[in-house]
Amino acid sequence: MKTKGVYQEPQWPMLLVLSCATIVFIMLIAILGIVFFKGLPAITFEFLTSFPTHGMTQGGILPAIVGTVMLTLITAVFSIPLGVGCAVYLNEYAQNTRTTRLIRAAIRNLAGVPSIIFGLFGLALFVEALDFGTSLYAAGFTLGLLSLPYTITTTEEALKVIPEGLREGALALGATKYESIRDVVIPAAVPGIATGAVLSLSRAAGETAPILFTGAVFYITGLPGHPGEEFMALPYHLYILSTQHQSIEAVRPLAFGTAVVLVVLVFLMNLAAIILRNKFRNKLK
Amino acid sequence: MNRNQLRIATNTGFGYLFQFTGLFCIAVLLGILAMLMYNATAFFFEASPIDFITQTQWNPNNNPLKASYGLLSLLASTLLVTLGAMVLAIPLGIGTALFMSEYAGGWLKHWLKPAIEILAAIPSVVIGFIGIVAVAPALAWMFGLNNGLNALNGAILLAIMALPTIITVSEDAIHAVPSTLKEASYALGADRWTTIRKVIVPAAYPGIIAAVMLGIGRAIGETMTVLMATGNALAFPGGFFDSIRTITATIAIEMGEVPFRTTHYYGLFAIAFVLFMITMVVNIMAESIANRARKFQ
Repeated sequence: MKTKGVYQEPQWPMLLVLSCATIVFIMLIAILGIVFFKGLPAITFEFLTSFPTHGMTQGGILPAIVGTVMLTLITAVFSIPLGVGCAVYLNEYAQNTRTTRLIRAAIRNLAGVPSIIFGLFGLALFVEALDFGTSLYAAGFTLGLLSLPYTITTTEEALKVIPEGLREGALALGATKYESIRDVVIPAAVPGIATGAVLSLSRAAGETAPILFTGAVFYITGLPGHPGEEFMALPYHLYILSTQHQSIEAVRPLAFGTAVVLVVLVFLMNLAAIILRNKFRNKLK
Repeated sequence: MNRNQLRIATNTGFGYLFQFTGLFCIAVLLGILAMLMYNATAFFFEASPIDFITQTQWNPNNNPLKASYGLLSLLASTLLVTLGAMVLAIPLGIGTALFMSEYAGGWLKHWLKPAIEILAAIPSVVIGFIGIVAVAPALAWMFGLNNGLNALNGAILLAIMALPTIITVSEDAIHAVPSTLKEASYALGADRWTTIRKVIVPAAYPGIIAAVMLGIGRAIGETMTVLMATGNALAFPGGFFDSIRTITATIAIEMGEVPFRTTHYYGLFAIAFVLFMITMVVNIMAESIANRARKFQ
């Protein structure tokens, strides 16, 4: 029944946008649901701690887990110093000159370069030109370049919120600019920098395309011992198990298990970043 | 050198060091561009550039008489799957962004934002895996196909990959619309939907377009999902039920096996160069639109 004289707002627009949000939410739940529902049964202590056996149809994924951890560490060692250095330059030193604008434009464009092109660049630069061969170094440095723009952007955000007074205080006490950055600005920004670094590393840890040609392999005997060697990695392992293996149906449970481990690893890194961020927020208050 | 001179020297040295890391970013971008251009040029010394942009056959072969390096099928595949992804992701993404900023209450928003962040954090190889184990069988069952590894599958997955970008960026744009505009519209007697349609969306329009462009850039450059879920057939795509092979998937498949410094090897850099230029143009357009938007606010 219509109430006379009172305008009733139509309900359908709300239902329309609500259903959009619901669909997106259901997609997320479906993806996680499928991965965890089918993958969790495959997760055993043995799966996490043993080597693949019988042509990768049985056994565990230990070398892939260790490979991904080592790869992420090399990525961190490469991209964090460079990223922090660049962010410090942009936030503390750079005037609004042509060069600065060029640097900013380069960073924004780097963030949009497809990951497979970073893979090609890593192949041409690290594997071939610098002669690292296909190795943990080459793949880690490639991922380092890929995550550089994110590290820079998040570090700069962290530096921006440091009050100007802290810097001026340090300078007034006679510190040089570098000393004020080293002893005051960076220590104050560490939680923010760490948050951003962990987030960009979690992104790098899940990447597959850049490591396709730079060092990831199907199978190695033994753990990756030296960063100059080829390695197994979780994302690449999942790719191989789900598309390239000769008995794809037989290894499905292993593929689901690998997917769970990869997703959990990435989520744990995100969780660590969120905890860091909340701590940082409370400290600022 | 006394202590103070050392401090000043360190100060100067680190100033240069920081500047160097800044310039390093430009060097990386230029390095990527130079690497692609160098190898693409090498390709065009060995293969005809005219054939490259007019032929549909991508058929690398050691025998130069049998080989054919045509870009068009790959490019059409990339564009088709991106188009499909955008048809799905643009309405869903903008709808979700509108819901989050205009309708959702405090607690719902509190839960939706992290959900979008989680979606963004899922590695692309996992999304591709979902395409194989869930989307493909579902499509095969729904449309009575042999398998569901086709352009539609790729489009659905790419939509999932692009959604977080589209939602976050357009939500920011909608959120940045001054509330005075909204209040003025309500004061004139407009309801919520009219306000969204006539005031909020037009005001946030440049930001929403930028969000869509960033989503397109993301989808065009995505490798693993299309590599795993579209079947990778080397033919000119006829529609969404055809198996396709995108530029990114072709590079991923062939680069691992191709001998160094052959025509085929250079050819992969040539298609990578095309891909790079497309994403670059899309991203620069997104940025200039977003900048123009900022000027008006």
